[in-house]
Amino acid sequence: MTDQATVFQAADLSIGYRTESGLLPAVRGASFSVHERECFGVVGESGSGKTTLAMGAINYLSENGRVLGGSSRLRGQEITSLRRFQMRRIWGSRIGMVYQNPSAALNPSLRIGEQLCEVARRHLGLSRRQAGEASREMLGRVAMPDPVAIMQRYPHQLSGGMLQRCVIAMAMITRPELLILDEPTTALDVTTQAVVLDLVAQLTKELDSAVLYITHDLAVVSKLCDRVGVMYAGEFFEQAPVRELYHAPLHPYTLGLLGCVPRFDPEGGKHLLASIPGSIPRLDRLPAGCIFAARCPFVQDRCRASSPPLREVRPGHFSACLRWDELPTAAEYARSTPAVPAHKEERPEVLHTVEIKKSFPPTERLFGSGGRKSMSVRAVDGVTLWVRKGNTLGVVGESGCGKTTLLRVIGGLAPRTSGDLLLDGLKLEASVQRRPRKVLKMLQMVFQNPEASLNPRHTAGRAIARPLRLLAGLSRREARGRVSELLQAVNLPSVFSRRLPEELSGGEKQRVAIARAFAASPRVILLDEPLSSLDVSVQASLVNLLCELQEKNNVSYLFISHDLAAVQHLSHWIAVMYLGILMEWGDAEDVFAPPFHPYTEALLSAIPVADPDIRQRPIRLEGSVPSAANVPSGCRFHTRCPRKIGRICETETPPWREGRNHHSIYCHIPLEELKRLQADTIARTTKGDS
Amino acid sequence: MLRFITRRLGLVLLTLLISSVLIFLVTQILPGDVARAILGRFATPQALANLREKLGLDRPLLVQYGSWLMHYVQGDWGLSLSTGEPVFPLVMTRLRNSGMLALVAFVMYVPLGIILGLFSALRRTKVFDQVVSITSLAFIGLPEFVTGLVLIAIFAIGLNWLPSSSAIRPDSGFIAALPRLILPGITVSLVSLAYITRMTRSSTATVLETDYVRSAYLKGLHPLRVLFTHVLRNSLLPTVTVIAVGIGWLIGGLIVTESLFSYPGLGRLLLFAIQRRDLPLLQAITLLLVVVFSLSNLLADILYALLNPRIRYT
Amino acid sequence: MSDPGTASPSRGLSRVLGRLRRNPAALAGTVVFLFFLLMALVGPLVAPYSFEAQNIAQRLRPPDAAHLLGTDQYGRDIFSRILAGSRGIFLLSGTGTLLAAFIGVSLGLFSGFYGRLWDEVLMRILDVLLSFPPLLFALLLLATLGPSPLNLLLVISVLYVPMLARLARSTVLDLRTREFVEAARIRGERDLAILFREILPNAMGPILVEISVRFSYSIFLVASLGFLGLGVQPPSPDWGLQINEARSFFATAPWILLFPAGAISLLVVATNLMTDGLRQVLQPGSR
Repeated sequence: MTDQATVFQAADLSIGYRTESGLLPAVRGASFSVHERECFGVVGESGSGKTTLAMGAINYLSENGRVLGGSSRLRGQEITSLRRFQMRRIWGSRIGMVYQNPSAALNPSLRIGEQLCEVARRHLGLSRRQAGEASREMLGRVAMPDPVAIMQRYPHQLSGGMLQRCVIAMAMITRPELLILDEPTTALDVTTQAVVLDLVAQLTKELDSAVLYITHDLAVVSKLCDRVGVMYAGEFFEQAPVRELYHAPLHPYTLGLLGCVPRFDPEGGKHLLASIPGSIPRLDRLPAGCIFAARCPFVQDRCRASSPPLREVRPGHFSACLRWDELPTAAEYARSTPAVPAHKEERPEVLHTVEIKKSFPPTERLFGSGGRKSMSVRAVDGVTLWVRKGNTLGVVGESGCGKTTLLRVIGGLAPRTSGDLLLDGLKLEASVQRRPRKVLKMLQMVFQNPEASLNPRHTAGRAIARPLRLLAGLSRREARGRVSELLQAVNLPSVFSRRLPEELSGGEKQRVAIARAFAASPRVILLDEPLSSLDVSVQASLVNLLCELQEKNNVSYLFISHDLAAVQHLSHWIAVMYLGILMEWGDAEDVFAPPFHPYTEALLSAIPVADPDIRQRPIRLEGSVPSAANVPSGCRFHTRCPRKIGRICETETPPWREGRNHHSIYCHIPLEELKRLQADTIARTTKGDS
Repeated sequence: MLRFITRRLGLVLLTLLISSVLIFLVTQILPGDVARAILGRFATPQALANLREKLGLDRPLLVQYGSWLMHYVQGDWGLSLSTGEPVFPLVMTRLRNSGMLALVAFVMYVPLGIILGLFSALRRTKVFDQVVSITSLAFIGLPEFVTGLVLIAIFAIGLNWLPSSSAIRPDSGFIAALPRLILPGITVSLVSLAYITRMTRSSTATVLETDYVRSAYLKGLHPLRVLFTHVLRNSLLPTVTVIAVGIGWLIGGLIVTESLFSYPGLGRLLLFAIQRRDLPLLQAITLLLVVVFSLSNLLADILYALLNPRIRYT
Repeated sequence: MSDPGTASPSRGLSRVLGRLRRNPAALAGTVVFLFFLLMALVGPLVAPYSFEAQNIAQRLRPPDAAHLLGTDQYGRDIFSRILAGSRGIFLLSGTGTLLAAFIGVSLGLFSGFYGRLWDEVLMRILDVLLSFPPLLFALLLLATLGPSPLNLLLVISVLYVPMLARLARSTVLDLRTREFVEAARIRGERDLAILFREILPNAMGPILVEISVRFSYSIFLVASLGFLGLGVQPPSPDWGLQINEARSFFATAPWILLFPAGAISLLVVATNLMTDGLRQVLQPGSR
C-alpha cells in the first residue's frame, strides 16, 4: 500500500468564487492524495464543495473562480500555476473526466465516433484512421455492442447507460493517469448503474489509473472506493480507508451521514433513522470554530473556540474532530435511535386495485409525425394489490416498469383502461374530475419533484389552505389556524406560511407538500418517489417525519421508489414491478430474504449497500428493458432472466406461487428450488474473507 | 426525412391556398367600383354593366376566385388597370430589382451579424459586449426611413460619396446599379443586422454554458476547435430560423426603403398599386410576396432539420 | 392580518426595483418610456401652441426661445406637435396592442389548455396569418379599408393577435403538464379554476414581455405607415407623417425631420430596453 506511487496530491487547496456579495470561500485548506490503482471517494451533500474541489484541483474554474492558495500536483508536477494552454496538454490526456449527465456531456451535433477520435488525434497524435481504430477498440472495451455502428450514431440515439459508457471510453482512450468521475451514475437506472460501476472498477485496474470518485451516494462509495474523504461546506472532515470509515467513523458528521442511510439489515430490527438537525451554513456566514458545531450532537465549548484542523489521528485515518476518540461506532449510533415497533397484526384493507390496466394509444396527431409505433403502450398490464389501514405498501421497480403510471391511475390523473379501484369499499371513477369531494378527501398525493409540485406564485400557506377550504370545507379563519398546526406537524415554523417556494429549500418544499397532502386528513396518501431529488440527511429526516405522521394519523401510504433501502425502511408490504405487472408481493421482511423472484434478486444485487462488508453476488441483466409496446410472450422477464429454465418461460405465463404470510412470486421455478439456488446472493463477509 | 419535407410542403401549400383566398376576399372589398374607375365618372350604367360583364365581375365570387387562381398559377396575371400592361412581366422586372437590393443587404447583414454576435458572446463581460448589445437594441428601434434619411444626409448630401436617389432604369444590370444599391442596402440591413446579432449572441452564450462545451475544453482540445466544431455547430442553428423569419421584416423594410430612395422595386410598385386601386397588380404582388415568405420559411425549416441531427435522425 | 396567498405586492415590487437597479440600461429605458407616457397624458395641456396652429410668418424657423424645437413649413410649433403626437402614438399603439393582447392571450390560453380540434384549427389559422409579412398585411388591409384611425386600430389588433396567441398557447402547454397543476387536479379544482388560479399567474411573465415587444413593434409600424402615407392622415401630428412631410425641406430645415425622427427612435429604443429589463425580472435565467 505504501509503495504505491502518488499520482495526484492536493495540499491545503483553497478555492473561492467572486460574487456580488464578495468572495465566497467555497473550498478551504483541502488536502488529499490519490495513488496508483486506488479509488479515492469524495463524499458530500449538496453545497459541500466537492465538485468545486475537483475542478479547482485540475485548474478548470469558471470566470469568477480562482485558486486562493495551496497546491495540486500531478505526479509531482505543480499544476495550479500553469496557464490554460499548458493545461490543455494535461486535460484529456493525463486527466480524464466523466460527468454526471452523459447526454449533456456529449455534443448533440457530432457523431460519437468523431467525439472519441478528436481526443485520440489531439493527444496521441494518431491519424484519422488510427484514431478510428483506437476508438472502436475502446468502445469494445467498455462492452458496447457493435462498436462500428455506435461510432456513426448521434448521442440522442443512445440510452443513458450506453452514453455513459461512451463517455468513459472517451475519458480513458488516452490511458489517463488520473480519472475523475463526478456523480457518473446519478442519472442512471439501478441495474445500469451496477454495470457502469463494474466497468469503472475493471478498467481502472487494467489501466493502472488513479480514480477520484465524487458522489453523495455513500453506498456506491462503499463498493467502489479504497479510501474515502468526507466533505462539508468546503472542508474535509474525515479521510480514512473505507472499512474503517463505515464501521468506526471518527467524526460526528460522518456518523450522522451513515445514520441517515437506511441500513439494509435483513436481520436487525428497524430503528428510526438518525438525522442531522439544522442546515448547512452559508459560505458567506461561516461560524468561527468548528463549522459543524451548531448541528453536532457531541459539541462542547472548546469546539466553538477555534476550527479544528484535519489531523492524522490513527495511521491512515484523518479526522477534524476534537472528540474523535470519544465517539460511538456506526452500529452503536444506529441503534441509539428509538426502535420502530413492527406491525404484525392483520389490518383491514383500505385501498384495493383489481386487475388495473392502462394502455396508451399509439401517438397520433393531425399533422404529426405519423405513427411509428403501431402498437399501443401497455404501461400497466393487470395489477392487483391492496394497502392496509395505517400501513405502507412500497412498490419498487426501475424506470419504465409502470409504477408511476400505476400511481397516477390510482390518483385518477391518468384514467385507467380497465380494472377496478376500491377505496374503503367505494368504487372509484377512473378520472379524478369525476370523483366526488368526499372521495378526493380520502386520497391525496405527494409528488416527486418539490420544485415543480408547488405553484411558484402561491405561498406555502395558500398551498396548504387550499385543500382545507376545498375538501374539508373550512372557513378562511379556521383554515389559517389549521395551516399553522400542519406546518408545525412537519417541523416548519408557522411563519413559513407566508413564504414562496423560491424562498424554501428542497427539503422544506417537500415538507410543505406533505403538509398539503395531510391537510384534509386523507386515509391514503400516494407518494411518488418523494425523496429522490433530496440530500441524504434531508431524506432521513423526511423518512422519519413520514413514519411519525403515519403513526399519529393512522394513514396508509402507497410509496413508489427505486431506492430499495428507503422502501424497505418505510414499508410494511412490498410489491416488485416489472414491465407493467407485479413480479413479487409480500411482507417487507419476506421479500428481502430468499426466495426472491429472479428480478428482485437482480435488483438486490445491483443496488449497492452502504456496508463494505456485505458482498453482493453480481447478477447483471442482459440487454435492456423491452418496450412496453412490444411485451414479450410468456413470462415477460424471460428475455433478461438469469434463471430462465427453458421454453416454458417463453410460451406460458407463470403461476403465482404463494409462500408463508401471503408472500407470492410470479415464476415458473418452485419456491424451494429458488431458495436453494439463491442462498448466497447476499452474504456478509467477515474480516478474514476476501 | 423525405416524409418530413413532403409533409411540410403540403402544409405550406395549404396555407398558401387559404392565404390566396384571404387576399382575394380582402381586395374585393376595395372601395371604388373597378369598372367606374376605368370608364370614369360619367360613364353610363349600360357601359358600366357591359364592362363588368366583360371583366367577369358579375360572376359569383367563388367562380371569380377560381378563375383568378387558375390564371395565376399559370403565370397569367392579367392586365394592370392603371397602365394597361400585362402584370406578370412588370412584376418580374421589379422582383428582380428588389431581389438585387435584398441580395446586397443579405450579403451585408448575415455574415456581419453572425460575427458580431459571436464576438460579443465570447467576450461576455467586457465592454465590447455591452456596446454591441445596446447598439443592436437601438438599431432595432430605428425605422428604415429614419436611418435612410440620416445616411442620405451624411453620405450623399454631406460627403457626396454616394448618390442620394436610386432611381435606376428598371432594367439596368446589377453591376451598373451597384453604386445606387449601397445606401438603400445598408438602410434595409440595419434592423435585420440587429436581430441576427442578438440571436447569435444569445444562442452562443447559451451554448458556451453547456456541459458538452465544458467537456470539450476538458478534453484538452484547442479553443479554436472547440469554437468551430462544438460551439458554432450548435449555436448557429437558431440563427437559421431567425434569418428566415427576418425575410418577413426584410420585405417590409424593402417597401419603405424603396419608397425613400425611389428605387424601382416591388415595394414601390405595391404602393403604386395601392394608390391607384389597381386590383390585379395588388393581388398579384401580395400573393407573390406571401409565396416568397412562405417558401423562405419552408427552406429554413428544412435546413434546420438537415443540420440538426436530432431531427434528421429521429 | 390576512394572508391573501399570492405574493404580496411590496415584496414583488422591491425585488423588481432591485433587479432593475443592476441593469442601468433597462432602468434608463423605463424612465424614458414613462416620460413619454407622461407627455402623452398631459402634453396637450402644457404645449405652448396648438398642434395645428399655423403661422406662415414664422415658418421654417430653427429652434429658439419662442419655439423650443423650431417651426415647420407651415409655421407650426414642432415641440407642440411632438407632444401631441405622443398622445396619438400611445392611444393608437397602446390600445391596439392591448386589444390584440386581450384577444390573442384569451385565444391562446383556451386553445392551449383544452387542446384537441379547436387547437388544431386555431393553429392553422394562425399559420395563415403569420405567413404574411407584417407591413404587407397592414398595407393590404389599409388599402382596402381606408386609413382612418379606427381602421389603424383594427389593423394593429389583428396583426398582433397571432404572435400573442401563439405565445400564450405555448406557455400554457408548458405549464399544463407541471406537477402543481396535477396537484390541483387531485384536490378537485375545476378546469377554469386551474386555468386562472394556477396557470395564468405563472404565464403572466412571458406574456407581459411579449406585450411589451409588440408595443414597440406597433410604434414602428404606425410610424412606417405614416411615412408611407397610409397611416394617420394630415393634419394629424403623427410623427411618421411629420417625417414624410418634412422630406422636401430636409436640406434647408433638417430639424423638422430630425426631431420627430428622434422622438420615434427614442421611444422605440426605450421600450426595447424596458422590455429587456422586464425579461430579466420576470424570466430570470433567460439571457
